[in-house]
Amino acid sequence: MSRVVESRWTRLADFWSDYRQSRVAMVALLVIVLVVLMAICAPLIAPQDPYNQATLDLAAARMKPGETGPGGYVHWLGTDAAGRDIYSAILYGLRTSLMVGVLAGTFALLLGGVVGLMAAYNGGRIEALIMRIVDLQLSVPAILMALVLVALLGQGLGQLVVALALAQYAYFARTAHGAASAERGKDYIEAALATPLPASHVLFRHLLPNALPPLMVVATVQVANSIALEATLSFLGLGLPLTQPSLGSLISNGFQFMLSGRYWISVYPGVALMLTVVAINLVGDQVRYVLNPRRSR
Amino acid sequence: MTGFFIQRLLQALAVVAAMSVIVFVGVYAIGNPIDVMIDPASDQALRTALIKRYGFDRPLFEQYFIFMGNLLRGDLGESFIYRLPVTQLIFTRLPATLELAVCAMLIATCFGIPLGLWAGYKPDAISSKFIMGLSVLGFSVPTFWVGLLLIMAFAVELGWLPSGGRGPVSNVLGIKLSITSLEGWSYLILPAFNLALFKLGLLIRLARAGTVEVMSSDYVRFARAQGLSEAKVVGLHVLKNISIPIVTVFGLEFGSTLAFAVVTETVFNWPGMGKLIIDSITVLDRPVMVAYLILVVLLFVVINFIIDLVYGQLDPRIRVRAAS
Repeated sequence: MSRVVESRWTRLADFWSDYRQSRVAMVALLVIVLVVLMAICAPLIAPQDPYNQATLDLAAARMKPGETGPGGYVHWLGTDAAGRDIYSAILYGLRTSLMVGVLAGTFALLLGGVVGLMAAYNGGRIEALIMRIVDLQLSVPAILMALVLVALLGQGLGQLVVALALAQYAYFARTAHGAASAERGKDYIEAALATPLPASHVLFRHLLPNALPPLMVVATVQVANSIALEATLSFLGLGLPLTQPSLGSLISNGFQFMLSGRYWISVYPGVALMLTVVAINLVGDQVRYVLNPRRSR
Repeated sequence: MTGFFIQRLLQALAVVAAMSVIVFVGVYAIGNPIDVMIDPASDQALRTALIKRYGFDRPLFEQYFIFMGNLLRGDLGESFIYRLPVTQLIFTRLPATLELAVCAMLIATCFGIPLGLWAGYKPDAISSKFIMGLSVLGFSVPTFWVGLLLIMAFAVELGWLPSGGRGPVSNVLGIKLSITSLEGWSYLILPAFNLALFKLGLLIRLARAGTVEVMSSDYVRFARAQGLSEAKVVGLHVLKNISIPIVTVFGLEFGSTLAFAVVTETVFNWPGMGKLIIDSITVLDRPVMVAYLILVVLLFVVINFIIDLVYGQLDPRIRVRAAS
């Protein structure tokens, strides 16, 4: 037992020392850690609760970045038309965006993983039917899928997460199916199936762990995609309302002021969104590179 | 081949039929369109009359069959909001979207393939790293956000280009086009570039991956040994060999360009189909939503069908497997 634990640790240490090779990926990881910390600590570090109407002051509306508002503190990133401190709004917006992204990514991973594994495990007609549906969905862009689902399900945080997960599970299903099909033919699975173990045990304890690395890569990228998709939907007015701020709704809120030169209302939330999404993608790229078995060492 | 063709055609038809039911039932499940169509203060008699006129009192399956019957005759119903036939609405908007999408594809191709070739030809050069960095930005940064930045830079700060709208259009064979005048181009170029970015990132990656693979192959080595100039090796041998996967992916991507146009059109206020569907979703204009969705499903099924057939032509193994 101790040998198993040890090999897991060495594998993790190997992975980490490979990962560290890229400076860009290290910076990206640092950005993600910072962003997550900022989101978690938002109520502690934000100078204002931007969605408590009582703390909003119209006298502080549309202040330029760096001006000191009536609250007595500096609005480093300016304020919006309702007097919201943009910096505080971004911190709270990050919470919603990250939460939606991680939840949607997780649900998509679970759903897609199960669908893909079931297809690979069952084989035959069931596999053909499932994968045909998955392929069909893959050919429809996620943005369109999400748009349709949001239109059908209605607005709200729960509906949005469900829509995003349903729009993206197909990527996981494809990846899980591919990895599991490759594993399915190997001897250790045949051996496990020959024992009286229940099928679900073989499926989840033997097949799944070995199909996991490629799924993790997809998961990183899909979390970034979910965040971007959510922002897009909110921008189009189909995502979250401004009472439940996400970065997308903040950007959308500032769009109308952009043409009059009050750029900060939507530019800074946009910068936060861009940094987050690009950082996650860069980390995903490096993870993919490190986990690629064909990579020459 | 005929058997394969018929099999795939039946599959495609089954998908369209299934999707039409899902779309119809799904759209039916959201809100009551009567509330959108009439003033809440209006009396009950008017309400009942309208419900009867649009057939909302009938069972759902009956409404579906009426809808499908009309659909087969090319009648997609009448928009609740615009009071116009949906077919007419969509077809007046279609050219704007197509023009935008085609321009975006052209921009993506003209920049993406040369940049990707260069990045694959000199993978370690600083310029190549820069190009790859751009491609990561191209498809990870949300389209709408880049659109906002473009508007801010070129319309608000520099004042070179208009911030949105379609500008003047000329009538070419009954189709309204922007590309015929310089002013039309000034309206078109920002949204087209915006829409192109995602494809640009994708194409750079595809072209680069292909080039890296092809550069180490025997025929490139032999072409060099023959004494061909580098320009000829890359322009003739490499380009030809990487173009096959690119063309395939590109065919698939045309549909997704139309879908992404939804975002770009909203940002730039471009009067295309995408803007129409967003507006319809917000006001619950059910016939337009159903018609748009069914049109999109049809489009994707047709594209997939064509690609399946082309693959079948290119790769006999697929045909054999399908037949058995």
